[in-house]
Amino acid sequence: SLRCGTLALLPLFSHCLSSPTVLQCHHLRYPSRALTSSGVPGKAGSNLLLYLIVGGTVTGTGVYVYKTLRENKERFTSRVTTVTTRSQEKESSASASEARPEVPSHVPFLLIGGGTAAFAAARSIRARDPGARVLIVSEDPALPYMRPPLSKELWFSDDPHVTETLRFKQWNGKERSIYFQPPSFYVHARDLPFVENGGVAVLSGRKVVHMDVRGNTVKLNDGTQISYDKCLIATGGSPRNLPAIERAGKDVQQRLTLFRKIEDFRSLEKISRQVKSITIIGGGFLGSELACALGRRAQTRNLEVIQLFPENGNMGKVLPEYLSNWTTEKVRREGVNVMPNAVVKSVSVSGNRLVIKLKDGRKVETDHIVAAVGLEPNVELAKSAGLEVDSDFGGFRVNAELQARSNIWVAGDAACFYDIKLGRRRVEHHDHAVVSGRLAGENMTGAAKPYWHQSMFWSDLGPDVGYEAIGLVDSTLPTVGVFAKATAKDTPKSATEQSGTGIRSESETEAEASEVPISPSSSPTPQVPKEGEDYGKGVIFYLRDKVVVGIVLWNIFNRMPIARKIIKDGEEHADLNEVAKLFNIHED
Amino acid sequence: MSYCRQEGKDKIIFVTKEDHETPSSAELVADDPDDPYEEQGLILPNGDINWNCPCLGGMASGPCGEQFKSAFSCFHYSTEEIKGSDCVDQFRAMQECMQKYPDLYPQEDENEEEKSSKDLEATPVEDSVAKEEKGSS
Repeated sequence: SLRCGTLALLPLFSHCLSSPTVLQCHHLRYPSRALTSSGVPGKAGSNLLLYLIVGGTVTGTGVYVYKTLRENKERFTSRVTTVTTRSQEKESSASASEARPEVPSHVPFLLIGGGTAAFAAARSIRARDPGARVLIVSEDPALPYMRPPLSKELWFSDDPHVTETLRFKQWNGKERSIYFQPPSFYVHARDLPFVENGGVAVLSGRKVVHMDVRGNTVKLNDGTQISYDKCLIATGGSPRNLPAIERAGKDVQQRLTLFRKIEDFRSLEKISRQVKSITIIGGGFLGSELACALGRRAQTRNLEVIQLFPENGNMGKVLPEYLSNWTTEKVRREGVNVMPNAVVKSVSVSGNRLVIKLKDGRKVETDHIVAAVGLEPNVELAKSAGLEVDSDFGGFRVNAELQARSNIWVAGDAACFYDIKLGRRRVEHHDHAVVSGRLAGENMTGAAKPYWHQSMFWSDLGPDVGYEAIGLVDSTLPTVGVFAKATAKDTPKSATEQSGTGIRSESETEAEASEVPISPSSSPTPQVPKEGEDYGKGVIFYLRDKVVVGIVLWNIFNRMPIARKIIKDGEEHADLNEVAKLFNIHED
Repeated sequence: MSYCRQEGKDKIIFVTKEDHETPSSAELVADDPDDPYEEQGLILPNGDINWNCPCLGGMASGPCGEQFKSAFSCFHYSTEEIKGSDCVDQFRAMQECMQKYPDLYPQEDENEEEKSSKDLEATPVEDSVAKEEKGSS
C-alpha cells in the first residue's frame, strides 16, 4: 500500500522535533543533560510539530508505520547481512578499479585534522552545500571521536570490554559510542570525487606537512599532493610535558602517559590494573578528572592515586579559592592523595620505582606518572603557510569569522580567534570545538558569520561536584558566588553532610547536630557562614569591569540558556543576587 | 535573610529558598528574533529550513542527506490537504537510502533497537565496524 513504509520517517521527524527529545538526535551534542549549544529548538521546532499534529492523519500514519516496522524485525536482520556483504563488495570493486587514485588530487573542501572541530565542520558543510565533497586528513588512525568520555564516562562503565567498544552511558541513560559516526557514514577517499551526492571521506594516519597558500595545495607526509578550494585547519594540540620529565631520560619516559587519545586511555586503563601507585601531575580539568576516575578504581583494588600540582587547590585557575579548596576536599574523598603547592624539580628511577623530587624537598615515590599540564596547539603548518601565530594565547590567529586567509579557516583548540563579546581568546573545550567547527563550516559555505553563540564547558569530579560553565571563567577575576543555604530546620542533615559521612548511626548524627547552633525561634533563621560551609548548589559570576563575563553553574543543570543570555547582554547589574534569582538555585 | 561574606576579591552569598522567592529585579535585554548572528532553530525567519540545525543531528549531512532534504523540503512546502501526501516518491527514495545504512538510521523504536542490537551483539555490523576501523588507517 501507498502508506506502508513510505512515510516511515515521520515518526523520526516528530521524535526529532519535539522539544525535550530533540537533543537525542544529536551525534555531536554530548551530554544532553544541559541544553548545550543546541540553538533554539523550542520556538521553531514546536512550529513544525504543530504542522505534524495539525496534519492529524500524518501522525496516525506514523503510528501505523511504527507498528509495521516492529513486525519487520526479520527484514531488519536480513538487511544487516545485506549491508555487510554490500560493503565488502564495495571494497573489492573499489580495489578492482585501479584507475581511481587512493587519494583524489583535488577536493573542494579539505579539513586538516580529524577531531571534533573537523567533524562539526564537515557536518555543517554537508548540511549547507548540497552534494558537498569533504576530505578529512587526520594523523590519528581512528575515525573522528569525542574526547570527554576518555577521562570520565569510560572509566565508570560496568562493561569489561569498554576499552574495546569505547561505549558509554549518557546522562539520559542511553548508550553510545565515542565515535561521532560509524564507518558506514563515510565514503572512501578514492570514491569521493565520484559518489553521486558527495560525502565525507577520512584519510587516517596521514599528516599534512606543508601548505602552499598561493597555490591552494597541501602536501602529505607520504608525498601526496592535494589541492583544495576551501581549507579548514583543525589540528588541535599536543599534550605538554614537564621540562623536568623531558630531561629525565628514557627510563622515566617509559613510565609516563601524556593523556589525550584513545590509545592513551587504553594504555592507562591497563596500567591502572598492573601497578601499585599512579601519580597525576596537574590540577586542572584533565588532571582532576583522571584523578577522580583512578581514585574510584583505587577503592576496589590495591592502587594508590596521588595528584600533585603547583596551585593551592584543584581547579585553582578556574574556581575562586574557597571553592577550589572545597573541591580539593571532595577529590580527596574520591580516594586521591592530593598534594597542592607541589612543583616538580626532578624525576628519576630508583629500583623499579619513579622518584619525584619537589622543589620544597618533598619526595614522592610512584610507579607511573600521568602528565596533564596543558596543551600545546599544533601550529607547525604556520611556517609553510605563512600564517600568523598568536603570541599571547598560542594557536593560529584568525578573525571573528575564524578566517586566517582568503580560503583558510581555523577552528577548535588551535584557533586563536576574536570573540566580539569577550575579546581575543583561545578555548580548549569540547563544545567550543563543536561550535567553532560548525561556524567554520558555515563560513566555508558563504555564511560570513562571526563567533557569537557562546560555547560552554563542564566537568564532573565525583558525586558532589558537577558543574557547567560559560565564558571567561578565570579565578583571577573578582567573583560573586550565590549559594543555596540550608535553613535551621535542615541543620542535622547538613551537619552530617559537612562531617563527610553519609552513613552514620542515628546517635552520632544527633551528637553532631547539637554542636551546631540552632535558633530556638520557629521561623527558619540563617546560620552565620563559617569554615566548612557547604557549597552544595549555586551560581558563580565572574566579573570584568563590573560586567559578568563568565558564569559557573555549580551542581545545578539545565540553566545554560539563561547564563548564555546574561553574558550576551553584557550589562552591568547592580545586584548580582537579583541576577542569581533567575537561576532558581533551590530547585533541582 | 541572605548572608554574605567577602574573601579577598571573592564575594560569597548564602540565600534561603524564601530569599529567592520574590521576583528578580534584574533586567535582561530584549532579544531580536531576526538577529542573523544568533543560532537559529529548525525554521529560519524567512521560512526556510535550517539544515544545519543541531536538532537534525546528522540527517541532512549523512549519506542519505540529499534524499532527506528533498523529502523534508517537499513536506515543509506541501500545501496538500494531507500534508506531504504529494511527496511519497521523495520519502520512498529516502527510506530506501536509509535502509542501506541501518547502523546510521535505526529503523525501529529506540528501545526495541537497543534490545535487538544486544541480540545481534556479535553481528556482522559490529565486526565490520572493527574491521573497517582497522582498515581505514
